Amino acid sequence: MTTFQVANIDYIAILPLLIVFGTAVIGVLVEAFVGRERRHTIQATLAVAGLLAAFVAVIVATGHMGLTLGHVDTATDRHLFALSIDGPALFMQGALLLLSVLGVLTMAERLGGTGSDTFTPSGASTPGSQIEAVSARAGLITSEVFPLAMISVGGMMLFPTVNDLIGMFVALEVLSLPLYVLTGLARRRRLLSQEASLKYFLLGAFSSAFFLFGTALLYGYAGSVYFRDLSQAVSAGPISMNGLLVPGAFLVFVGLFFKIGAVPFHAWTPDAYQGAPTPVTGFMAACTKAAAFGAILRLAYTGLDTARWEWTNGLIVVAILTMVVGSVLAVTQTDMKRLLAYSAISHAGFILVGVIAFDQKGISSVLFYTVAYGFSTIAAFAIVGLVRQGGSEATHLSQWAGLGRNHPLVAGTFAFLLLAFAGIPLTSGFVAKYVVFSAAIGTGGATGTGLVIIGIVCSAITVFVYLRIIVLMYFSDAPDDTVAFVTPSAVTTFSIAIGTMVTLALGVLPAALLDLADRSSVFIR
Amino acid sequence: MSTGMGTLVHQGTYAAGLAAQDGEAHAATGFTAYAWLLIALPAFGALFLLVGGRRTNSFGPVLATLLSWGSFVIGAIITISMMGRAAGDRPKSVHLFDWITGGSFDVQAGLLIDQLSICFVLLITFVGSLIHVYSLGYMQDDPDKRRFFAYLNLFVAAMLLLVLADSYLLLYVGWEGVGLASYLLIGFWYHNPVFATAGNKSFFANRVGDFGMTVAIILMFFYFGGVDFRTVQAGVAGLQGAHQGVMTAIALTLLLGATAKSAQLPLQSWLGDAMAGPTPVSALIHAATMVTAGVYLVVRAGPIFEASPTAQLVVVIVGSATLIFGAIIGCAKDDIKKALAASTISQIGYMMLAAGLGPIGYAFAIFHLLTHGFFKAGLFLGAGSVMHGMKDQVDMRRFGGLWVMMKVTWVTFGLAYLSIIGFPLLSGFWSKDKIIEAAFVGEGWRPWVFGLAALIGAGITAFYMSRLFFMTFHGKRRWTDEVHPHESGLTMTVPMVVLAFGSAFLGLILGPTGIITSWLAPFTGGVQELHPVIPESAVIALTLILVAIGIALAWMMYLRDEVPQAAPRGNLLTQAARVDLYQDHVNEALLMRPGIHLTRSLVFADNEGVDGAVGGLAAFVGGTSSRMRKIQNGFVRSYALTFLTGIVAIIGALWVIS
Repeated sequence: MTTFQVANIDYIAILPLLIVFGTAVIGVLVEAFVGRERRHTIQATLAVAGLLAAFVAVIVATGHMGLTLGHVDTATDRHLFALSIDGPALFMQGALLLLSVLGVLTMAERLGGTGSDTFTPSGASTPGSQIEAVSARAGLITSEVFPLAMISVGGMMLFPTVNDLIGMFVALEVLSLPLYVLTGLARRRRLLSQEASLKYFLLGAFSSAFFLFGTALLYGYAGSVYFRDLSQAVSAGPISMNGLLVPGAFLVFVGLFFKIGAVPFHAWTPDAYQGAPTPVTGFMAACTKAAAFGAILRLAYTGLDTARWEWTNGLIVVAILTMVVGSVLAVTQTDMKRLLAYSAISHAGFILVGVIAFDQKGISSVLFYTVAYGFSTIAAFAIVGLVRQGGSEATHLSQWAGLGRNHPLVAGTFAFLLLAFAGIPLTSGFVAKYVVFSAAIGTGGATGTGLVIIGIVCSAITVFVYLRIIVLMYFSDAPDDTVAFVTPSAVTTFSIAIGTMVTLALGVLPAALLDLADRSSVFIR
Repeated sequence: MSTGMGTLVHQGTYAAGLAAQDGEAHAATGFTAYAWLLIALPAFGALFLLVGGRRTNSFGPVLATLLSWGSFVIGAIITISMMGRAAGDRPKSVHLFDWITGGSFDVQAGLLIDQLSICFVLLITFVGSLIHVYSLGYMQDDPDKRRFFAYLNLFVAAMLLLVLADSYLLLYVGWEGVGLASYLLIGFWYHNPVFATAGNKSFFANRVGDFGMTVAIILMFFYFGGVDFRTVQAGVAGLQGAHQGVMTAIALTLLLGATAKSAQLPLQSWLGDAMAGPTPVSALIHAATMVTAGVYLVVRAGPIFEASPTAQLVVVIVGSATLIFGAIIGCAKDDIKKALAASTISQIGYMMLAAGLGPIGYAFAIFHLLTHGFFKAGLFLGAGSVMHGMKDQVDMRRFGGLWVMMKVTWVTFGLAYLSIIGFPLLSGFWSKDKIIEAAFVGEGWRPWVFGLAALIGAGITAFYMSRLFFMTFHGKRRWTDEVHPHESGLTMTVPMVVLAFGSAFLGLILGPTGIITSWLAPFTGGVQELHPVIPESAVIALTLILVAIGIALAWMMYLRDEVPQAAPRGNLLTQAARVDLYQDHVNEALLMRPGIHLTRSLVFADNEGVDGAVGGLAAFVGGTSSRMRKIQNGFVRSYALTFLTGIVAIIGALWVIS
């Protein structure tokens, strides 16, 4: 008979999560009780304050690493803890919080108006309907994006922190559901936005089902959903049960691959990236990817590490497909957001190469890459949101022609970020690719080397893609109807500046962050 | 005339040099420890001018020039202090910072100041500073002068980083930096679409080269566990013999990088188009310094190439083929800058050939690189001066008889011209002659093939350079009506005069005295006397005869006979040479068309596989609405199908494997 045991909770260790979720709840209350005209400012301030407070809490929590929210079953000596506050978890939480600050700031852009300009005045109205027109006239705003984003951030922070499959599933849903809503809230081209949202939701549900199916199979195999039990069960378990283990492990990964946009589970990415309001796209591209890679690392290194031989080949296939398809399809894109979406896919492939290293170097290189990419991508999407024509975003590539001549600083910054995506030295992208690839070569053996060669070929292809844009911005004639760059308010300027400076700083002096990533690369289970 | 004097090296320096090569470069003390200032000064200049914006318009160009001279002074002091030390104590290292740290990724950023790198430092900062001065005059009226000088400073900083880096990774950073600066400067007049396209071409050719560099660096990391020069050299010594294939792979990928940067076959096509940039840029980047980086790389990576005779042979073949190739193109070009660009390709071919010959050639490759830096920069600055006086025209068929109007340009250009064709006792004679001699060294068919290539190349060089010189400065005046040629101002002529002195005397100072060979002895292992398959004196005599024939032919065709103002149809070879021996056609057929086809078919596959049959419509019906309609027509279903198919296929495969 099992008796009820009180869970041990280290409140300081989970303080960052509590602050973020708490801020989200307060945000909901603000939405209900504060007047419309002040809501936007209060919500944005609250969100940023909450994120920064949580970041401080992460620093404090580094002194409280360990398993928490559970107990040790003395009878069986099983560690039944829901959360693992360890190096990778705290690193990811800190990174996610900083990236989210930039993401939330770009969402708060009002472009001189009273409300947030990128979001629809009323998300529930039918596009083109009477209600929509009325709410636009009444000056309604969608300030609920901030609590939604905070809930999503909470889920993302939970994602790499959880210590069992059920917890991981809950985190997956907590982070995804607000994103589905946010995707559908674009102010312009609302049909496209809602389509994207629905599509994202349907495919997300589809992938969640696979994750759950995989969880069920793994539970059938190991009799437990805790990563520690799972790992031990595999090392002790009989080969005859592989019929449960192999598909179970891969299906659970599928749920996570979906989130990073790995091929062939990527189809939602271009559509969702294109349809979503651009600040949300940047937020998704940076934060969701970081969180999902945190979760992939945790699963690969703590839960399924002993079963590695059963699923590594699947991971390799997915990594190759992701790099190749992402890079090659990016070549023919004509829409900036879709192009960056395919670029995001190819980056996911490069990061997967680091996962395959299977040692601490692999972990730290993946951590570094996600942070480096996150800062660049938020800044890049923030710029995309500001290049406009006739009031809406000018996302078609032809509209970017000649931007370098009219707005040299903007085009220069964007070009620099593109060079970072391309992995040119003196940008964070170069160091990131370098550490990921050398981790794969260092311990991945011949397979790792092969993957890296494919990775380099794909990098070369993507370089072409990015250069094409640079060439377009600087060396093509501007179209007749001039594209305007809307001068942003301080908040967006701040996020672009920070994103760009971090991209440069990590390219020139990456040692500090690499060191931190190295020291943060030990999992506790 | 004394022959072969430069080929003997004192045994004492040889032994000491080897010790220097094998031993660790000691940490720099004294003034050498400030070597980072070499890079920091121009880097600061570039940053200051770019960030400072219009406020620095008035004094920016002068500041940039002063900073460049500052780098030269530091370089000169370091050289003097280096000369004061024994050969074994000359290489010094300067640690900058821990670049990428932690476990197996450990990469330090540091500088290596040795005999080889200091040669480049002096060349880059001296010629670079002269060209800064020249640009003060040449770019006088350009509204965007400040940006131009910022880029020039950026280039100098990046190029110095390239040659001073103590690891292949840091070298690669400089490598990218000079590429960027080159790109920015070629496209400087970006309002002109032709120029802008030229910028693209150079960028794309260099990306192919970068690909090679990246692979080489990763292979080094994998096999040697590090990418700094010392680790790699030790690694090569350790692996030699057992891993012949690895050495060849690393060497050939490095060579791919070198061919792109140095405009060698098969990646040479961009250099001619790069002439679209301002002329001082052509002089500094596309003649004197950046394009020789490939030669530097091959010499610096000498131990790797020596470990792979196959790779060395490839280098020699590339070099000899390119030198003939460039020379032939040079004969047919009417654009003065393009003719000079072809000549650069050809001369770097000579250096590549020498570098590929191994230790016996290294010193001569670097020697020719130095003299070439002077006379080619002088030729370009002269061409710039001519263009300045001729309203930016470049067609030599509309020049002629300019020597009366532009005396200084004529004399300085003339000295550089005599130097490049190897006129006895001038700089080019000493350096090129050594390469031809070295090419004749060896056994079997090789000395005959490569030696003859170098020999014939010298003859063609004399022809096309004489043609260029006669068409520009002599013969009848074929000017268009509106030009009034005049000599350029002092800021332009003084640098030309200085370079002309170098073109005339540098070779005499460094070559026959043995200075260059003994200075570089640590890299050449102390050169033994050359033993060409035909006697040295015969080589020199043959070269001079061919040169004389070349000049005579040019005299008959372009001075005695009148030069038509429109290009005649010409024979098949001339026609081919005018279009750069069909190199663009080849590129197009081999690379672009299959590439475009591939991309097209991939898009097709994407539409078919992902978007469903409706995808084809998107090509015809643009716009968002159709896109949305298409989305509503069951997009998600096919997405989900892809999803499911992927899962089934991969799990199936996993099952089969396990």
